[in-house]
Amino acid sequence: MQKALIIDPGKCTGCKQCELACSFEKEGSFNISKSRIRVFDFHHDARYVPYTCTQCDEAWCEQACPVNAITTDANGVKNVHENLCVGCKVCTIACPFGTVNYNAATGKVIKCDLCGGDPACAKACPTSAIVFSDAEQSGFEKMEKWASKTDPGTQTAH
Amino acid sequence: MSWTGKILRVDLTEGTCAPEPLNMEWAEKYLGQRGLATKYLAEEINPKCDPLGPENKLIMTTGPLTGTCASTGGRYSVVTKGPLTGAIACSNSGGFFGAEMKFAGWDMIIFEGRSEIPVYLSVIDGNAELHDAGDLWGTSVWHTDEAIKARHQDPMMHVATIGVSGENGVLFAAIVNDQHRAAGRSGVGAVMGSKNLKAVAVRGTGSVNVHDVPAFFETTNAAKAVLAENAVTGEGLPAFGTQVLMNVINESGAMPTRNSRDVQFEGAGDISAEAMAEPRKTDGKPNLLANAACFGCTIACGRISKIDENHFTVQNRPEYHHASGGLEYEAAWALGCATGVNDLEALTFANFVCNEQGLDPISLGATIAAAMELYEEGILNDEITGGLQMNFGDAEALVKATELVGKAEGFGADLGQGSARLCEKYGRPELSMTVKGQEFPAYDPRGIQGMGLGYATSNRGACHLRGYTVSSEILGVPEKTDPLVTDGKAGLLMAFQDATAAVDSTGLCIFTTFAWTLNDIAPQINADLESEWTVDRLQKTGTRIWNLERNFNLAAGLTGADDRLPERLVKEAAKTGPAKGLVSGIDKMLPEYYELRGWTADGVPTIETISGLDL
Repeated sequence: MQKALIIDPGKCTGCKQCELACSFEKEGSFNISKSRIRVFDFHHDARYVPYTCTQCDEAWCEQACPVNAITTDANGVKNVHENLCVGCKVCTIACPFGTVNYNAATGKVIKCDLCGGDPACAKACPTSAIVFSDAEQSGFEKMEKWASKTDPGTQTAH
Repeated sequence: MSWTGKILRVDLTEGTCAPEPLNMEWAEKYLGQRGLATKYLAEEINPKCDPLGPENKLIMTTGPLTGTCASTGGRYSVVTKGPLTGAIACSNSGGFFGAEMKFAGWDMIIFEGRSEIPVYLSVIDGNAELHDAGDLWGTSVWHTDEAIKARHQDPMMHVATIGVSGENGVLFAAIVNDQHRAAGRSGVGAVMGSKNLKAVAVRGTGSVNVHDVPAFFETTNAAKAVLAENAVTGEGLPAFGTQVLMNVINESGAMPTRNSRDVQFEGAGDISAEAMAEPRKTDGKPNLLANAACFGCTIACGRISKIDENHFTVQNRPEYHHASGGLEYEAAWALGCATGVNDLEALTFANFVCNEQGLDPISLGATIAAAMELYEEGILNDEITGGLQMNFGDAEALVKATELVGKAEGFGADLGQGSARLCEKYGRPELSMTVKGQEFPAYDPRGIQGMGLGYATSNRGACHLRGYTVSSEILGVPEKTDPLVTDGKAGLLMAFQDATAAVDSTGLCIFTTFAWTLNDIAPQINADLESEWTVDRLQKTGTRIWNLERNFNLAAGLTGADDRLPERLVKEAAKTGPAKGLVSGIDKMLPEYYELRGWTADGVPTIETISGLDL
């Protein structure tokens, strides 16, 4: 089963625990400016939206990389190989979603790699706005919610 | 450990910014934030100085846990000598500004002197710079926040700023960060304004480290689980915010109403948490849009609200048609119950103006309430108020007065001096519901006896956040005591005061203590810092901080005679509810409190007490 980060902004409170967890996992310290997941605070609309790489099937970043430093693993995750990355940033331009970013401190790009299959952001989220589950069932919860609102009608005898 | 070890010292007179090392010897004794910055202030200024003069200093300070993943670990405080009280001022705020200071590499920023021209400070990692703020002066918090981010082309900056009220010396002006979180009380915004300092904008790309990583994650995760499983922090606050208290306190007969003439407000239901969540009759939409968290907070009690666009306060005023920080319990009480106004949208508008212009809604609402009583008594008239008919329950008077205070215009300038000065000016000082010049908050000492002692002895003037005995007396945390009796309250309050002083020095939010005790907090600090932090050490640190603040106030010229409640609370009995017939028993509690504190009968710490605390 391929798993993915399922993000529900409706549950997000904007606390940034995901950014703290991500940065600690990846950088070994709390440094949210290096987090691979970002929470956007649309204060005037009262909306908080976590956003990160969705691990596209045919990934623009992977296609664009001139030195093949981005590859897809068995779980569909796009990984950056730091030993190959030359810091040209073409992938950051290619990504339509902005989720691949350059890290000036290392001269390489950074992006979400799902922490090797156990993402720290999902574990840290206090409201389940970010969960790691079956990529094919990402709509399950929303479907269930809307299904529960449909008019049940009257069950007729069969 | 999570200290950056660096302080930024900004001399506004000279226009210089210089780094210096954090005094670790003091950090060992005063922990951080409230305690540590108070130590710096007490050592560096003359306690008798004019709070609005250049010799006063203003300190923005973080705690050791600020910027870590400890739940609520994003707090910062502003410590200065307060212009409303003449006492120590220490106002705590959430949002994201405090953590950003840490990420930029600074534990504390000390402002001294006074700039010739309006300036703002930008701190981008190690680079601190003062900039001309001439074009920002005279503009709101909201405008300043956005203009600075645009100027630096950095939407990820976090800005703490004053509005027009801080510039104009409103004595309860706040410093607002992230557009709606505030270091709200005691007029810290007026101090900032007196220094010609409009704003501080911070951006950090650095790291915060902790001492013992496995222990830190273990203890912070365990503590988060405690918050999640607790009825108040896991259910009540996320669902209702602090407004969960509105109906509870009203039913307890401890709701200061119409300038404390009454102790129950008949309109409480109209302005409660439940009312905020219900679809409005007018447009079918609820006032409350979302609950929002501050940095690292797993509780998320913040209220984000939107006003009905057709409400009279915002009709044809699109600048107020977006969401902003909505009513917390204290604001809903002050703007509503204290003034007798039950129009939820009007209160929300007044709260938005507090966000926009940087005002403390507690002092604002309580001062308007005092003005309403003066008006109904015939002391104030339309000539003085500029035509404002300041009747209790009048929503229009509330919002017009609020806008005038925000801009310090007309009668608003009178109101901006706070209730004590207003009532003094018009010859009725007994009508001011204040202690040490600061308006008291949303708990009537006749119905919650411990809070009366709390207001009287609070080091920053009347306040609920210096010793929240409501926890015990109403909510039963950590154990239930009878709110109507005075017995045992001195000791109870002292325990709350000392624990709170410690928690306010950590970088954590005091709301965690609905669920956490020092037993939950000490292990987190212990894992964070190199030296050993136990519950006992935290308690002693809290006691040390409390006495340090007391000594500052005594040196500033306050005395035991200032530990006094307004006459009304000791002479006029509660008219309704469980406390009917009761007045505050402050006279019974205060001597016992002094004795337990190891203070003289005049409220002065004895030499033995001081030497035992190693101040």
